[in-house]
Amino acid sequence: MSKFSKRPREDAPGISTASMSDIVFMLLFFFMVTTQLRETENMVQVNTPEASEVVKLVRKDLNSYINIGPPIRSLQAQYGNEPRIQLNDAFRSTTDIRDFIAAERESRSEGDRQFMTVSIRADQNVRMGIITDVKQELRRCSALNIMYSARKPAHLE
Amino acid sequence: MSSKKTPGINSTSTADIAFLLLCYFLMSSSMGSQSGLSRRLPPMPAENQQLEDQKVNRRNIIVVRINSSDRLFAGSEPMDISQLKDRIKVFLTNPNNDPDLPERKLTAIEGLGEEYPVSQGVISLQNDRGTSYQAYIAVQNELVKAINELRDEFSLARYGKVFTALDEDTQEIVKDAIPQNISEAEPVDIGNRR
Repeated sequence: MSKFSKRPREDAPGISTASMSDIVFMLLFFFMVTTQLRETENMVQVNTPEASEVVKLVRKDLNSYINIGPPIRSLQAQYGNEPRIQLNDAFRSTTDIRDFIAAERESRSEGDRQFMTVSIRADQNVRMGIITDVKQELRRCSALNIMYSARKPAHLE
Repeated sequence: MSSKKTPGINSTSTADIAFLLLCYFLMSSSMGSQSGLSRRLPPMPAENQQLEDQKVNRRNIIVVRINSSDRLFAGSEPMDISQLKDRIKVFLTNPNNDPDLPERKLTAIEGLGEEYPVSQGVISLQNDRGTSYQAYIAVQNELVKAINELRDEFSLARYGKVFTALDEDTQEIVKDAIPQNISEAEPVDIGNRR
């Protein structure tokens, strides 16, 4: 019992916080390197449809995006409001998908190419005609793994 | 001359600044999480190859159609989307051995240890060019939901857990027992065919 109280009370030495900033900086660099900020600007309005059975994407780095939707407000004067396809950062047509897929394939390492997924991010009011065209083109390029982007309904989250 | 010591810069606040930056990157990196419905497209038949009539028994196929005004037809009868899930579940399980519903073929599944009657049913999804994407995804979602529920029922009966709680190998077994056969057939213009 008296073992602990025998020592005379003295000021506990303060923990040095000088190295704390180093630790935090290390964490900071880790997150800065791993984070992927969106590199392309959205030129189409995409309001993805809701679906309750969505699954999370496993590997984000193997994903390429095809955005389909009406052009954003500031571009509507120039391009109208018919749904357009956006690849990378420009409006394209279905015939450009072949080159896009080829370029995306090229940028991945050889072992990862078979796991490449094409994410179709389409607005919920788009008609299926344009999406069918895209799907047919993807089949022609044998990019067969696709994903229909959707979000979980708010009440299920 | 001057023996004045330069005062050290107070560095206690660097940690705070770094924390602030850290929080920013933490938030922004988790925000862009992508989710969606995963599918695999059938490979394109070669140009010179004749499209062979795939010999799928009539009873084994259910045609789910969405026409240009987003009306749903399952097996040629009009249907509300809320009924679709149950219709698909009955189609895939065939509880009463109805001769009009898909046959179930006893198949040996690796890891299961016994033969399991795997349903031969195929869901064929057809849509019109005028169908809205929202309706299409809603139907896709119902189809996946029906299959997910069947898988959950199977997993609970066999392993006492829901499908997502199983480990990867067991999930493969369940996937073999209840396959997800959704065929997004060659595009046909439903509107013009009638």
